Amino acid sequence: MKAVRIVQGRAVPLDRSDVDTDQIIPSDWLKRVERTGFDEGLFATWRDDPDFILNNKNYRGAKILVAGTNFGTGSSREHAVWAIQQYGFEAVVSPRFADIFRNNCTKNGLVAVQVSPDCGSDLMAAVQAAPDLQVTIDVTQLTVKVPAIKFATTYKMDVATQRRLLEGLGDIELTLQHANDIVTYEQNRRHWLPRSVSFPE
Amino acid sequence: MLEHRPKTLSEKIWDRHLVKVGQNSEPDLLYIDLHLIHEVTSPQAFEGLRISGRTIRRPDLTLATEDHNVPTTDIDKPIKDEISRKQVETLRRNVEDFGITSFPMGHPNQGIVHVIGPELGLTQPGMTIVCGDSHTSTHGAFGAIAFGIGTSEVEHVLATQTLPQSRTGTMSVKVTGELPPDATAKDVVLTIIGTIGTGGGIGKIIEYRGPVIAGLSMEGRMTVCNMSIEAGAKAGLIAPDEVTFSYLRDKPHAPKGADWDEAIADWKTLCTDQGASFDDEVTIDGSKIGPMVTWGTNPGQVVALDDVVPDPDSFKESPYRESASRALEYMGITAGTAMRDITVDTVFIGSCTNSRIEDLRSAAAVVDGRRVAKGVRTLVVPGSGQVRAQAEAEGLPEIFRAAGFDWREPGCSMCLAMNPDKLSPGERSASTSNRNFEGRQGSLGRTHLVSPPVAAATAIAGTFAAPADLA
Repeated sequence: MKAVRIVQGRAVPLDRSDVDTDQIIPSDWLKRVERTGFDEGLFATWRDDPDFILNNKNYRGAKILVAGTNFGTGSSREHAVWAIQQYGFEAVVSPRFADIFRNNCTKNGLVAVQVSPDCGSDLMAAVQAAPDLQVTIDVTQLTVKVPAIKFATTYKMDVATQRRLLEGLGDIELTLQHANDIVTYEQNRRHWLPRSVSFPE
Repeated sequence: MLEHRPKTLSEKIWDRHLVKVGQNSEPDLLYIDLHLIHEVTSPQAFEGLRISGRTIRRPDLTLATEDHNVPTTDIDKPIKDEISRKQVETLRRNVEDFGITSFPMGHPNQGIVHVIGPELGLTQPGMTIVCGDSHTSTHGAFGAIAFGIGTSEVEHVLATQTLPQSRTGTMSVKVTGELPPDATAKDVVLTIIGTIGTGGGIGKIIEYRGPVIAGLSMEGRMTVCNMSIEAGAKAGLIAPDEVTFSYLRDKPHAPKGADWDEAIADWKTLCTDQGASFDDEVTIDGSKIGPMVTWGTNPGQVVALDDVVPDPDSFKESPYRESASRALEYMGITAGTAMRDITVDTVFIGSCTNSRIEDLRSAAAVVDGRRVAKGVRTLVVPGSGQVRAQAEAEGLPEIFRAAGFDWREPGCSMCLAMNPDKLSPGERSASTSNRNFEGRQGSLGRTHLVSPPVAAATAIAGTFAAPADLA
């Protein structure tokens, strides 16, 4: 996973709440066995509408997606994060993220920036009014700044997530450092816990 | 001192799975007792294992099935959709290469991953269960911590049988009173989501409590826990009791003999202690719950069947008002219309929410001796091979077929339309599934979530109806 310290660029306003992962990447796209090639699937149905914000040329090349509250609800599909990243976004800003989506973000280095509802609305309005605004998301300082309009806010992120993003750490390597603890745990598990073997026909 | 602090059920289960307590703000490392996998969210995880030269730590705690892509007709023939077929074949190669038990299409134990775990007795109280599927919360009905994970986490569990997890908040949802006879578990959970909202459970594990929950069968409890994720919750669970124990007693993988007695003694300790406190508590009057129908594009947008489509202006707060307007436009319905006046094109009975034997029995009882309304497409998709076989033994397919329903092979089917069972653009369904998101059942399809008896009655009436409405 690539480390990420600063995300800087223009932002797209996706002024909708409860954007579920079925919208982010419709289920037809989940049949693929690869980890790449999902950029075209991002908001595939919504993009059929010429007025959809991603079809607005003024926002082309933006690195930040600014969305309404409850972003990423529903299905656990990590394909949603892959699609957002492969389209070119490096951060998503929302007043609230669904848990599984947020977890999936961390595993892939997509920055989930949770701001207050008021700051979220202000930023949404600002980028709606001015597509060229440069937005800076700092993962070290946990700040979102738009100098041109003197907008600045902080956001919350737990220390462990911040550390993983900043250092680009993969969890499996970290966990395997505790291999002995896993062995010890396994030796003390209740012996009658089920195993997925020997099924009666 | 700390050990004697009263704990909630989810804290107790969490604590017994601690491989390592997180230091310096790091997450805890939790042991995973059961990892369920399916064809959709696993291929990239196996690819990751191969690239890094890792193997599977506990294939004996891993179980695979084919459910999301599988067709519900002609399952003896190869899957027609090439990409679906490739995905299923990829799973078959992966389970073969890594030595994982798997139930392929057509196997008597095959079925929706959240239906087969419980019916095989692999889902037991006090366990941690994960799957690359958000409806893993279903297994919480047994008093387990069960939650959906992404593909990176699937790879992590395959490699280590653990997951780093930051401790989640706790939430009590108590349903009091006595449930009216026309209300089902589905109506209970839709009422809960309508009350706390789609984000109400974010960051929390919900414990469902109170007399209404205690009065539900295991099937009903699974329906409730299944939709925890639709309230945004990390997981949902219910303390195990005699209902749980008697469900498990004869299941193939339940403990046997002396192990059974030991297990029961252990499971009886799995309850929230007197004096334990939750981060959040909600109480709902169960005696006021009746048949429910969603009107919008998320499961929180729900009303009683007796009600009308709400006016977006009745939602004072942003973004609920905007979201309601958008939903009505998408759904092609107008505020003030009685839910009973809305006609449907398709009725789907199935999904990990409502495809168990009890669900099929309740639907069959409604359609018995009646005929599906003209022009309504109807399909019944049992949750597993075992559910299908049981239904056949009880003569349910004959009842459904005589009424004009299609009786299908098991799988996820029209819940998420990854197989050929889809809504066409603009088509409207009454569905016993869990998500009414835009396009969930087919691009531009319109989904209304209901219970099995309401789905069955709606198929007969052609418009949304409760069994009591039928002549």
